[in-house]
Amino acid sequence: MSKSILEDQTGMPLEANMASNKIIARHIFKDYRTKKKEVRALQDINIEIQDNEFVCIVGPSGCGKSTLLKILAGLDFPTAGEILLNGKTIVGPGEDRGMVFQSYTLFPWMTVEENIKFGLKLRKISAGEIQKIVDSYLKKIHLEEFRKSYPKELSGGMKQRVAIARALANSPEVLLMDEPFGALDPHTKEQMQLLLREIWEVEKPTIVFITHDIDEAIFLANKVYVMSTNPGEIAEEEGIYLPFRREVEMKDSQQFIRLRKKINRILYSDDMTAN
Amino acid sequence: MHKVFKIRGKISKKLYLLIGISSFLLIILLWTIVTGLGLVEPMFLPSPLKVTENFVETVQNGQLLNNAGISIYRIVMGFLLAVIFGVPIGILVGTFKAVEAFIRPLCEFIRYMPVPAFVPLVMVWSGIGEGAKIIIVFLGTFFQLVLMIADDAMSVPDDLLNSSYTLGAKRWTAIRKVLLPSMAPRMMETLRMTIGWAWTYLVVAELVASSSGLGYSILKAQRFFQTEAIFVGILTIGVIGLITDRLFALLIKVMFPWDERNG
Repeated sequence: MSKSILEDQTGMPLEANMASNKIIARHIFKDYRTKKKEVRALQDINIEIQDNEFVCIVGPSGCGKSTLLKILAGLDFPTAGEILLNGKTIVGPGEDRGMVFQSYTLFPWMTVEENIKFGLKLRKISAGEIQKIVDSYLKKIHLEEFRKSYPKELSGGMKQRVAIARALANSPEVLLMDEPFGALDPHTKEQMQLLLREIWEVEKPTIVFITHDIDEAIFLANKVYVMSTNPGEIAEEEGIYLPFRREVEMKDSQQFIRLRKKINRILYSDDMTAN
Repeated sequence: MHKVFKIRGKISKKLYLLIGISSFLLIILLWTIVTGLGLVEPMFLPSPLKVTENFVETVQNGQLLNNAGISIYRIVMGFLLAVIFGVPIGILVGTFKAVEAFIRPLCEFIRYMPVPAFVPLVMVWSGIGEGAKIIIVFLGTFFQLVLMIADDAMSVPDDLLNSSYTLGAKRWTAIRKVLLPSMAPRMMETLRMTIGWAWTYLVVAELVASSSGLGYSILKAQRFFQTEAIFVGILTIGVIGLITDRLFALLIKVMFPWDERNG
């Protein structure tokens, strides 16, 4: 069991974090049957995600990390193993696990505002309350003047900001993010990382973030799971002890570079020996 | 010139319209010259003037509008019937694999049966009344419509539905609030295309078993060697088709301002 990461920066009592495991995945296996053979996508995955933790799962494409996230969301099911959310087995998707996808998934027939309202309107919340929540999120993602715009009028980065707001407005137990910035240009991507981290620093939603970008994982997370491929398994669990308040300059720090090297070695050591 | 013929180059809207109109004018011009010089027997190709005269005459005596009216009525009824049944069934086929298994193979099979071959059967069943024509239009469009609407429903991205689940939507909400609005523009495009086909089947029905309608007017004109009336009939159908298509295009533009493909 790793030491609580939050404790270092917030001074919160250790026990408070230790006790609150939000997600526990035990011995997750996922096999696919193709016409020719059986393929093992996930092998014996064990992860623990604590309340208010920002966890990144980093791995090369094809390591099964997206499948793992889909399983957490309840959109896919493991061949074997068990996943618990707040001690209860996950049986399907639900509003307690919000998700942001790599592909743009805003509802194109709804304005920015209506998109953010979608989940809230499915619940018994008064219109006034909904509007208050929507307004506060529009402000957080700096898109107040775009509230009446349709998604087609937004850039890729703006769309993903709205998608994050839409998921968070629903106040889910966990926010699942499947390479949400994968399709963005490097500059926009960095802006988005800063914004997301900023939101996390203020609100502390529990986040599980999938990426193949090592820098992204280190910059955002408190804990990184490194996944290797063929079959997909957790190769390493790495606590990130960078300062709580993240800034872009940290990417050049000694600590960051050391972490980058280490994770790089774990991910690509096989390639080295093969070559 | 060099710019206009650049591969996939763009031209102004005005130029596009101009070129479009010029092709119509060119054909009318050629037509006038060929008939004016007496190169073809008037019985085979009447002059534009004769066709216009026939058009004016049949408009004035009410025949043309009558026939057009009855044809439009049949199209609308047959097409509406196909839409009322075809759209919900198509959506179910595109949404639930079990429904697809039940319906799709059947539809694929039936749609390869030529609709004109059904005309005698329909006449046996329902005589040569209005019902027969409506049924022919229905048969011609229904099976295609089911399959195309199913494809429209399937074109809704998985992740769009998945997002709605992660926002708390259950099955019925996902269908109503995500699947239907998401597929709506494509569905309208499908309807726009199918109503064009409906004309083909209507004319087939009217040629074989009718005493009214534009198809019948064409057949009657042929019996009396009134080639210009044949032209009027065919052109009228073309113009009605064009107007319907433009109306659909306009409707789609107005209904779905949010659609990516919608300028």
